[in-house]
Amino acid sequence: MAQTIPADVPVHDEAHHEESFWSHYVFSTDHKMIAMQYMFTGIFMGLIGGFFAYAFRMQLAFPGVEVPLFGVVSPNEYNALITNHGAIMIFWVAMPVLIAALGNYLIPLMIGADDMVFPRLNRLSYQIFLVSAIVLLASFFVPGGGFAGAWTFYPPLSSTAEYSLTPLGSSLFVVAIALEFAAFLMGGINFIVTAMNSRAPGMKLYDIPMVVWMIVVASVLFMLSVGPLIAGAVMLLFDQNLGTAFFNPERGGDPILWQHLFWFFGHPEVYVVLLPALGVVAEIITVFARKKLFAYRTVLYTVFGTGVLSFTVWAHHQFVAGIDPRMAHVFTVTTLLISVPLAEAMFVYIATLYGGSISLTTPMLWALGFIATFLIGGVTGIFLGASGEDIYLHDTYFVLAHFHYTFFPIAIIGFYAAITFWFPKMFGRMMDERLGKIHFWGTIIPFNFIFIPLFVLGLAGQHRRIYDFTNYPDLAAYQPIRVFATISLLVMFSFQLVFFYNFFKSMFRGPKAPKNPWQANTLEWTTESPPPHGNWKELPTVHRGPYEYSVEGRESDYWPQNEPA
Amino acid sequence: MLERIPSVIDVLVPQASTYAGDIDGLFTIILVSVGIWFFASEIVFFWLIFRFRKKDGVRAQYVSGEKQSEKKWVTYPHLAILLFDVLIVVAAVRVWYDIKQDLPPAERTVRVIGQQWAWTFVHPGPDGEIDTADDIAKVNELHVEVDRLHHYKLESKDVLHNFSVPVFRLKQDAIPGRVITGWFTPTKTGEWDVQCAEICGVGHGLMGARIHIETAEQHAAWMAQESPLQLAANAAQKQEEE
Repeated sequence: MAQTIPADVPVHDEAHHEESFWSHYVFSTDHKMIAMQYMFTGIFMGLIGGFFAYAFRMQLAFPGVEVPLFGVVSPNEYNALITNHGAIMIFWVAMPVLIAALGNYLIPLMIGADDMVFPRLNRLSYQIFLVSAIVLLASFFVPGGGFAGAWTFYPPLSSTAEYSLTPLGSSLFVVAIALEFAAFLMGGINFIVTAMNSRAPGMKLYDIPMVVWMIVVASVLFMLSVGPLIAGAVMLLFDQNLGTAFFNPERGGDPILWQHLFWFFGHPEVYVVLLPALGVVAEIITVFARKKLFAYRTVLYTVFGTGVLSFTVWAHHQFVAGIDPRMAHVFTVTTLLISVPLAEAMFVYIATLYGGSISLTTPMLWALGFIATFLIGGVTGIFLGASGEDIYLHDTYFVLAHFHYTFFPIAIIGFYAAITFWFPKMFGRMMDERLGKIHFWGTIIPFNFIFIPLFVLGLAGQHRRIYDFTNYPDLAAYQPIRVFATISLLVMFSFQLVFFYNFFKSMFRGPKAPKNPWQANTLEWTTESPPPHGNWKELPTVHRGPYEYSVEGRESDYWPQNEPA
Repeated sequence: MLERIPSVIDVLVPQASTYAGDIDGLFTIILVSVGIWFFASEIVFFWLIFRFRKKDGVRAQYVSGEKQSEKKWVTYPHLAILLFDVLIVVAAVRVWYDIKQDLPPAERTVRVIGQQWAWTFVHPGPDGEIDTADDIAKVNELHVEVDRLHHYKLESKDVLHNFSVPVFRLKQDAIPGRVITGWFTPTKTGEWDVQCAEICGVGHGLMGARIHIETAEQHAAWMAQESPLQLAANAAQKQEEE
């Protein structure tokens, strides 16, 4: 009996097959197109989150002023702005860009596969994500406005309409979060299965590029931690709308339960977004230092260790939240322990530079900028993990500055590093290096000018989420520092225009990119720029690890993974 | 012990409780410990970028980092970090124990009630006890006597709040349905901010209060003036005069 291929099975060598606009851009199952959908949605949400930051920073620096493009910021609007700034930047920017976009784009290309294992699940994942973003955006326009009780949505404020005064906004917020997590759960399963099953012949576990490993570990962490939070979100939705009392103390519930469910997810979540960024940095510094990654296996074990430990640190967010004071000791120990693998990862990256031949291209500047700034985020975390010190610093601007020194390197610097590095592959054209460097310095310098002053305000006892500090006699005198931070923010935002100009101009007018403009080893550089549907005409075979740069006795200083020995 | 260490926090916010100095000293210990690592890492990092910048004709070295002789460059530092972590844990746990776990006997007790969006402070009257007829309840105004060990009984009527007194370095969430007891001993007279440090709705930004730390004489005078019994007596006297 002759075997025939049914017509509806996607065949991947159909690179020249003409697709309609809809099937190519909207309902595509191609991992690269889904990655682009995630990335552009993430960028769009990032613009909204950034605009929110602009509006509330203006209010803090110039209380009561009519903010251009926004208007006067009322107290409830202020709370809604900070709430949704946090939620958007973490769940609708960092997650889609770092995990979903990079994971979708890079995993098949870096392991030598023609697509994801479950392309339709992948498409569904993006579609649910898009719905979640629309639900969140819709929540700003319902009566009462968007949810305004902080991105951690602690009950009873989040569960009771009389307290929050945003009855519809808070429900839509929870629905959006739950949908978003369902979407990433599907994406994560796809990443893990694809990376484990679809590797090119010859690619052993230790030959997998670090960024792929990092995204896989991040997906595992996400998968293991998100269950309690989705359960919690459903319970919260029931409390809001069906009259249950999971978190209502008057009827036997406990608001602290929510905090445990939230932070049991929330702390691993930090590593879920951190790891892909760390992976991006590993790829970039090895290419531009022409060096093998220092102690590949150590990095990998470090990542596993961080992953396991990250499940044991959550209550350091709750030291003063009314948990049993004896519990704080345990979480202080685990929290400080997690500094060890992360410090080791930083040391490994720094050690990788030793003996290199470092060229400071734009992606390399971003990768190095990540290390330099993330170190500040790392060391300031120690103050907050130390229970005794957290009594004072909890919920001050010190915390705020600390996590912006972790999340900004992760989500913003990590994104710029990745986009400037893989842009030639994604769009087949080169970006402008000179504009890239102007954008780098115009971002990194004001970034430090925004957040270093905020550390000082935190030490001065300034708490978060207060819309006008001039009402507080002891804090009013620090107003010039707030103005300084806000002006730095405006400067930083204005330099982002340079990026968008460079990005769109290069996309259409940039010089054509060769297959392998950076002379890198990993498999994505062995196919066309941009890769066709199906990625390769003939799938590659792997002969060595991803970081064989400057091998002694070889003419060229790189050695692509697919090149026969 | 820790309070003798100079600190950067008390330049910004005065220390007005017995344990404020401990928290500030702990801050300095951590600052020095992580500061050493931070500057060492950044200096090595920038030096490597400069030292190994791309030069014509110079090739990068092939270092796998898997050999023991190479790996020690990250192994030793990370063991040393572990040591610093232990030091920080010991100091942090001690400070935490004294402030949050240990509860020395009270000389005075005040009830602190958070609600959207104000603080109510119930002070004991001249009889020195709360929950009696001469209690003095004040909104957004807390009066305490210097050098007396106070217990606070923290409650919330609606959502989570957080009773934060920066000059004490004290912070504690208020949870509806629970009474959380803690302590402080003021050491300096003056008037400072009390903040709500947990978002509690529209009025969160306005949920500030003032703490008045008074000498024994000032406090007694305030109590005499504000005591409900005294107020009632004053009113009665006024009526009589009329």
